[in-house]
Amino acid sequence: MAKLGRIHSLESFGTVDGPGIRFVVFMQGCPLRCQFCHNPDTWDVNKGNEYTPESLFEEIIKYKSYMDYSGGGVTFTGGEPLLQADFILEVSKMCKREGISVSIDTSGFIYNDEVEELLDYTDLVLLDIKNYDPIVYKTITGVNLSPTMKFLNHLKEKNIAAWVRYVVVPQLTDNLDSIKKLSDHLDDYPNVEKIELLAFHKMGEYKWEEMGLEYKLADTKEPSKELMRKVMDILSTNGKVVTSNA
Amino acid sequence: MRQEWNGFKSGSWTTEVNVRSFIQDNYTPYEGDDSFLVGPTKRTLELWDKTMELMKLENEKGIIDAETSKPSTITTFGPGYLDKENEIIVGFQTDKPLKRGIMPNGGIRVVKKALDSYGYTLDKTTEEIYTKNRKTHNDGVFDAYTDAMRKARHSGIITGLPDAYGRGRIIGDYRRVALYGVDFLIEEKLHEKKLLENPTLGSPDIRLREELSEQISALKQLKEMAASYGYDISVPAKDSFEATQWTYFAYLGAIKEQDGAAMSLGRVSTFLDIYYERDLKNGLITEEEIQELMDQFVMKLRMVRFLRTPEYNDLFSGDPTWVTEAIGGMGLDGRTLVTKSSFRILHTLYNLGPAPEPNLTVLWSVFLPEPFKKFCAKVSIDTSSIQYESDDIMREVWGDDYGIACCVSAMRLGKQMQFFGARANLAKALLYAINGGKDEMSGEQVAPMFAPITSEYLDYDEVIAKLDQTLDWLSELYINTLNVIHYMHDKYNYEKLQMALHDVDILRTQACGIAGLSVVADSLSAIKYAKVKAIRNENGLVTDYEIEGDYPAFGNNDDKVDQIAVDLVERFMNKLRKVKTYRDSRHTLSVLTITSNVVYGKKTGSTPDGRKKGEPFAPGANPMHGRDKKGAIASMSSVAKLPYKHSEDGISYTFSIVPKALGKDKEERVGNLVGMLDGYFHSKGHHINVNVFDRETLMDAMDHPEKYPQLTIRVSGYAVNFVKLNREQQLDVIHRTFHER
Repeated sequence: MAKLGRIHSLESFGTVDGPGIRFVVFMQGCPLRCQFCHNPDTWDVNKGNEYTPESLFEEIIKYKSYMDYSGGGVTFTGGEPLLQADFILEVSKMCKREGISVSIDTSGFIYNDEVEELLDYTDLVLLDIKNYDPIVYKTITGVNLSPTMKFLNHLKEKNIAAWVRYVVVPQLTDNLDSIKKLSDHLDDYPNVEKIELLAFHKMGEYKWEEMGLEYKLADTKEPSKELMRKVMDILSTNGKVVTSNA
Repeated sequence: MRQEWNGFKSGSWTTEVNVRSFIQDNYTPYEGDDSFLVGPTKRTLELWDKTMELMKLENEKGIIDAETSKPSTITTFGPGYLDKENEIIVGFQTDKPLKRGIMPNGGIRVVKKALDSYGYTLDKTTEEIYTKNRKTHNDGVFDAYTDAMRKARHSGIITGLPDAYGRGRIIGDYRRVALYGVDFLIEEKLHEKKLLENPTLGSPDIRLREELSEQISALKQLKEMAASYGYDISVPAKDSFEATQWTYFAYLGAIKEQDGAAMSLGRVSTFLDIYYERDLKNGLITEEEIQELMDQFVMKLRMVRFLRTPEYNDLFSGDPTWVTEAIGGMGLDGRTLVTKSSFRILHTLYNLGPAPEPNLTVLWSVFLPEPFKKFCAKVSIDTSSIQYESDDIMREVWGDDYGIACCVSAMRLGKQMQFFGARANLAKALLYAINGGKDEMSGEQVAPMFAPITSEYLDYDEVIAKLDQTLDWLSELYINTLNVIHYMHDKYNYEKLQMALHDVDILRTQACGIAGLSVVADSLSAIKYAKVKAIRNENGLVTDYEIEGDYPAFGNNDDKVDQIAVDLVERFMNKLRKVKTYRDSRHTLSVLTITSNVVYGKKTGSTPDGRKKGEPFAPGANPMHGRDKKGAIASMSSVAKLPYKHSEDGISYTFSIVPKALGKDKEERVGNLVGMLDGYFHSKGHHINVNVFDRETLMDAMDHPEKYPQLTIRVSGYAVNFVKLNREQQLDVIHRTFHER
């Protein structure tokens, strides 16, 4: 029997999760509990709608012309997509057969045989590194940093293109020393093509309220242009391409 | 060859009227980028400042001035200027810029009402002449309307009919005046008339002979009008300036004589480019001078005005004129029809700032040169002032020299005209089907009486059977109503100049339309896939509905409901085809509402999709607000399924997105918009309006209109100054699905 995937929602016109126009699959379920998460409704592994690999692929293939014309593809995000690596693997195989480019937006927290095989069908990994300081990382996410850094090593070994994403949250992830260390660390990874800075925003706050959860960042402001610029400068020191959405 | 044509390659166009052949033999495709473009000249800026001042005054007062006695013809008014020194392209509709003329041949009541509403009084003698001595189109129509037609019009199941003013949507081939000069065109018409001296002269020939005589008189008047500005247009244009000015004179003649809702321009930029390129090559003109001609030409097109009533403004808000210019596209031989002047006319949106008119329409093909695609996307992102239509679909049907009348109606230039038919309210038809032909608002029996649905829960098959029956009635009534209107319009308000710029044998289309497509598709989907309970009032009339469960909604690229919408279009079109049309015109259909989706909604009771009484429909073929849950491309994919072959008058889709949702930076946004347009048109989409701005900008413009005099927004098939919309329509625009993930 075909594996079922739990999916939170689908977006046919994604333009910020990888190159070109992306069909974005928001997978349900996440082991992290990031304080700045704007999709806490994707955490619970038991929610969402079930799809077979075939039924999801049928949705994806409808948009192939848009992907072809824009140099886009499909992006699996979430939630943590790698919780359902076996399911995504099946879908990705079908995508690759049709020449559709596959991206995975992940925290890199999970690595197992399925993930390893999935990476063979992945063109680009968007790796979210929430922080480079292990203690801060744990505070933000509730889990350890080390799996993510190991994941990055796997990507390097397999020579899989990666874009590292970093969310700038004032008073939380603006520890500039550790950002500098991250920058130096990434210098050893030629497969990291780009670093994407994302400015913290509170558009997901209402979801926390709806779910009856305490939103710890209620008083935190969006980062200033100066802060974004500062972080960008630090991350650029070793010559990597750095972009910012602010 | 005539000396004005020196430097042009001869072809069949030299001996017969054939503008397409002239273009094909002489134009220079341009595959480069926008780096050659130049800014406005000092003269242009000075003139534009003066124009903006006038427009500001107009915004405050409603209108600047109106004629109250002399009906407008091609020659009623002597020359008018705004600033003779700086004005290069000349000519206004009346004796003063932005002053509105009156055209009572369409109907004197509308003229009187419109003047009254702005505080002007119609001259008594003029009123008397058009009441007692000279019959109007409007009088003719109401003499012939049947009771059923009056009822349908009153209840709003058929609305927006051109029965009280000019029908519009006819495009004269204005280029002919520049290429041939008027005398050559008169010779042709005389020749054609001579050929109609048949042994037995039946009424079609008699009518045509009379029409040809009218056309000839209009051409003579056109010469006279141009002469009043000091130009002799009896001969062909000899240079870049004259080609532009002659073309404008031809168009100006048309808008002096007719005030149809849509008075479109056609496809002039690539035609004019041939003159510009020739003169450039010979060192007779500079890029600055060419752009100046284009800017000033466009400035005049921005100043086209008609006198309208408040009711008209409710339907088509923002004072639109639909001076639609079709830009780009591909030729049948595979060369692109994009020229440098395709760029130049779009560049006026930078040189003069954004504006709703002229209605700049890019004929998109996936084969267009990449730099042009990118330039268009950039202009859209910066100005939200252009719309796109599929050249790949239309070229197959109409060839490569068609223009767009109004919003989405393709017609081969000089070879085709349409009988504009406004639209039928499909949502109301569904409610009539449920209520046995009674109007859900008034309780009046509008359609013939048949058994209403009496069950508590609606049954899909029963509703479809009744809807089919209702559409049989509606399609017959609709076509017959249009037949009356266009018979009378030809008789009392014939477009003699515009038709003079057509061939003698033309294709006529009977352009019907529908409103409320997504409401009906969703209603039927709700009935089929969820449970819909009918709520009846004390007279047994169903006035509301309760939905239990979910249903797939149009706009999510789900065939379960999308195919219902496809079937509705095809079903209604096939019914229309069965009814005989006036002058054997070809039946066509559009899915287009303009801004009337608000008024249609107001006149329509609650519908089984969950839409409440009085709430707006979605514009054109758009999915209903907020029901498209899978993002922009899923939404446009549903629309792209609607079949053009059953909707040849066009399928309008309006798309609004916040800049951030289009990509992270300008370059990405341009790339993604190009990719989106390529994908959409590759998937057989027909039309798309592209708006790129933040919701906050619109909210701010509602409160501080003075800060946003040029904020332009695309609505269904045209563009408006946002601040000219009434509050209700502004809110409708703001509430409409914005794609902003």
